[in-house]
This record gives sequence, C-alpha cells and structure tokens, in this order.
Amino acid sequence: MVLAKRIIPCLDIKEGRVVKGVNFVNIRDAGDPVELAQRYDEEGADELTFLDITASSEKRDILIDVVRRTAEVIFIPFTVGGGIRTTEDFRRILRAGADKCSINSGAVKNPDVINKAAKIFGAQCVVTAIDVKRRYVEKDNVKQSVNGPDLTDNNNHVVIQVDEDKYCWWEVVIHGGRTDTGMDAIKWGLEVENRGSGEILLTSMDTDGMRTGYDLELTKEFSERLNVPVIASGGAGNEQHILDVFSHGKADAALAASIFHDIGEDYHRSIEDVKDFLERNGITVRHV
Amino acid sequence: MPLDIAIIDYNAGNLGSIYKAVKFLDAKPKITNKVGEILSADGIILPGVGAFGDCMDNFRKAGFIEKNLFEKILEQERPFLGICLGLQMLFEESEEMGIYKGLGLIKGKVIRFPQGVKCPQIGWNTIAKKQEHFIFKGIPDDTYFYFVHSYHAVCSKLENILAETTYAGTMFPSMVIKKNIIASQFHPEKSGKWGLKILKNFLESTN
Repeated sequence: MVLAKRIIPCLDIKEGRVVKGVNFVNIRDAGDPVELAQRYDEEGADELTFLDITASSEKRDILIDVVRRTAEVIFIPFTVGGGIRTTEDFRRILRAGADKCSINSGAVKNPDVINKAAKIFGAQCVVTAIDVKRRYVEKDNVKQSVNGPDLTDNNNHVVIQVDEDKYCWWEVVIHGGRTDTGMDAIKWGLEVENRGSGEILLTSMDTDGMRTGYDLELTKEFSERLNVPVIASGGAGNEQHILDVFSHGKADAALAASIFHDIGEDYHRSIEDVKDFLERNGITVRHV
Repeated sequence: MPLDIAIIDYNAGNLGSIYKAVKFLDAKPKITNKVGEILSADGIILPGVGAFGDCMDNFRKAGFIEKNLFEKILEQERPFLGICLGLQMLFEESEEMGIYKGLGLIKGKVIRFPQGVKCPQIGWNTIAKKQEHFIFKGIPDDTYFYFVHSYHAVCSKLENILAETTYAGTMFPSMVIKKNIIASQFHPEKSGKWGLKILKNFLESTN
C-alpha cells in the first residue's frame, strides 16, 4: 500500500477551446475541454491540468465557464493555471470549481501572493509552476560552496554535475520562456515551498515540446531537496520517458500533453497503456 | 423525492465540489449553518478544508458547540459523513499549529506525518477495510482514493477504525466510525467513480 505515482494530462486552452496538438488536417474542431477532460477521466487520468493561453484579458471569463462546466461532470482533482496574478484570481478559479490554481510569472513578480493564497485557501490549492532552462558552466568556474555541500559558479548559483565534465545550473524563465530572470531555480523552489506552496509544477523549457524525455537531473534535484510533491513536465514523448522521470527523476507526478492527445500521430499513447507499462516496470499506479 | 442532504457550512474552504457531487447523484444538497436545518436533513455531510483551530473557532461562532449540534447528531442517530478535516474534527485534539481541542466524539488525536516525509500527502492511495460496513458496498479491494493532508488521526480504540491507509511507512485510520457517524480522510467527491460510489452508499443509507 503506497501512494500511486500520478499521471496528469495537460490541456492548453485558448478562448475556451483546446489548442495544443490538434491544429491538424482533418480536425476542424479544436476540441471542447470539458469533453476531453471527461475522456481523460475515463481513461484513468489521476488529475487534470488546464493551462489558459488566452492572450486577451477580456476573453478570460470564457475560462471560468469552462472550469464551471468541468466541475459539474469531473470528480477527480483539476488544476487551472495561466495568467494568475492575485488572490482574487485564485478565488475566481477556485469558486468556479477548480481544486488547485497554478501560478507562474505572477509569483516571480510578486512572491507574497503565494503566502497570501496559501493562508486564505490552504497550501493544497497553491501550485507554483516553475519554468527553467539549463545554463552550462565551464568546469574551471565550478567551485565548492563556502556555505554548504553544494557546488557553485562565480555567481553563487547551485551547480550540479549532470554528466562527466558537464556542469549546469537552472535559471527560472517566465513568459513562456521568453524572459530570463537570472534567478536560481533550486533556490526559488525552496523559497516557494517556504512561502506555503503545496506543490511544484516543474517544467524544463529545454525539453518542452521536444518529446525527447524529461530533464531527469533537474527533476531529481527538486524532488530530493524539496519536501512538497514535484510534478515533472516538459519532454514526454513515450512511456519510457515517464518511467524514467519516476525512477531516475524521483518525480511524484508526471504531466504530459501531446502524447495523450489522440490526433492520429504514432506517438499517441493512451493513459491506460502508459500505466500498464509503468506497472510492469515496478511503478505503483492507480487503475480505474 | 430527492434526499435532503445538509452540507455543514462553517465559513471555510470550498464546498462546491461536495455540493456538485451530491447533486450529480440526484440528491438535494443544501449548504447551511442552521442547526435546525442540519438536524432535520436526511443526511449530514461535514466537509473539511482549512486548519483545525480555525475550524473549531468557526463551529463556536456558528453556535454548533453551544447548541450541542454534534452530540445531537450522535444521539438522534442522524446519518453523518465527515470528510478530510471533517474526520479530524471528531477527535479529542490536534497538534496542527499548536494544540487545539476538537469535538471529542472519537477517542484519539490528530498528529503530523513524521519529519522527512513529503507533506502534504497528495494523491491516490488505497484503503484496507477493518470492518464490514454498508459504505463499502460494491467497492473492490485495493481501490484508490484521493488524499490531500499533512495531519492524520490516531485512534485510541480499534472499534473506531473502519479502514486504514499507509503513507511513507505511517499507517493511519483513513475511515473512522462511531455508531451513525462515519468519516473519511480522503475526498470521495474527488476520487472518481469509486468515490462517487462511497457517496452513493452513504446517500442510500439515509433513505
């Protein structure tokens, strides 16, 4: 009897329709998020994540309607993120029926919102999404930290040896990876945990959309250093990648988007097939 | 006639999920803090999100303690289901953010998972039945339910343990019982079809 590793399909939503991976020949309808959510629930998704990528703020209310309709028919947990900045944004999403809210750039700009949201709604509602990129460091610039067991570079970033003679730190990036922050992702992860975030959604922008596998070293560092669950994201292309992020990356949950969308690509996998594969390889999963 | 189900409102947390689940199962949920309405419903649900101490304060403010609401629920044998914090509140005390006194309907206390364990426990875990009960009707063994919590109950008496769950080496009561009062640490309203089945079994028992 152990806690099952969670599989979390992610739906990118624009103006109330699912967009990612379905802008494809022969599929005119981009997909209703509520219908897709129901199908994922039946297929055995352990949770769902909606990421709103609606650009204009006037059209944000469409999302609230999607959340409300989803909550009426889905009885597994679901998280909503995208454009969350204030505790009022949390309130609207949670009131509409979501179980958790994920905050990303908004937390970087105003970290206090994590503390406030955790106090008002409970830590379990607050997922901090951290998008990161690897920054490689020349071996000559890597030294032992004076403050602890870690390696650092000249700018005091936590440096990890990721391969023989390869060293890197991870930088927090925002605005979908377009803006660098200079912040050390490992330190930011520890900070958001201390501020009351109940979970971390960790996305490698180096591997996101590549379907070449998760950043395992990144996920492992977060999982081992943090005391809250870590959801790995970015790079899932097949069931082996998901197995790797649980066994080597020590993730608590794995988020994936494109492989679960059935749009006729050969990389499509059903959630149940992925779970069967994981189970055969010694990972505890929940079957419906 | 749909069953009238009172969902106890004590000004905390998100009651929407349990409301929607009860409605989905064709019963008539009502979110209320009126003692009369609660006691006259066919069934009573105490949902729980938030901190233990705040919850007791809110019970006091709502007049539940003064009016002996929970003792009456027990005496009048009203069908009652507590969820998550709604389970923890039944115990004598909790160590969440200080030591707080609880309702004391079930002997035992509420403690935090040990240091070094990832907290909260978030996700799907199984339960091991310790007693036969109508709430388990049609539920297969090793069914997964959704948990979100950092604290867990410790029962002084075995007779109050309905089911147990193990997280990171700690075994704790994941369902408890005292006469008509039952409670789950997991969220049936968030546990997919088997969670709905638990709720359905509860609703049927109120008929």
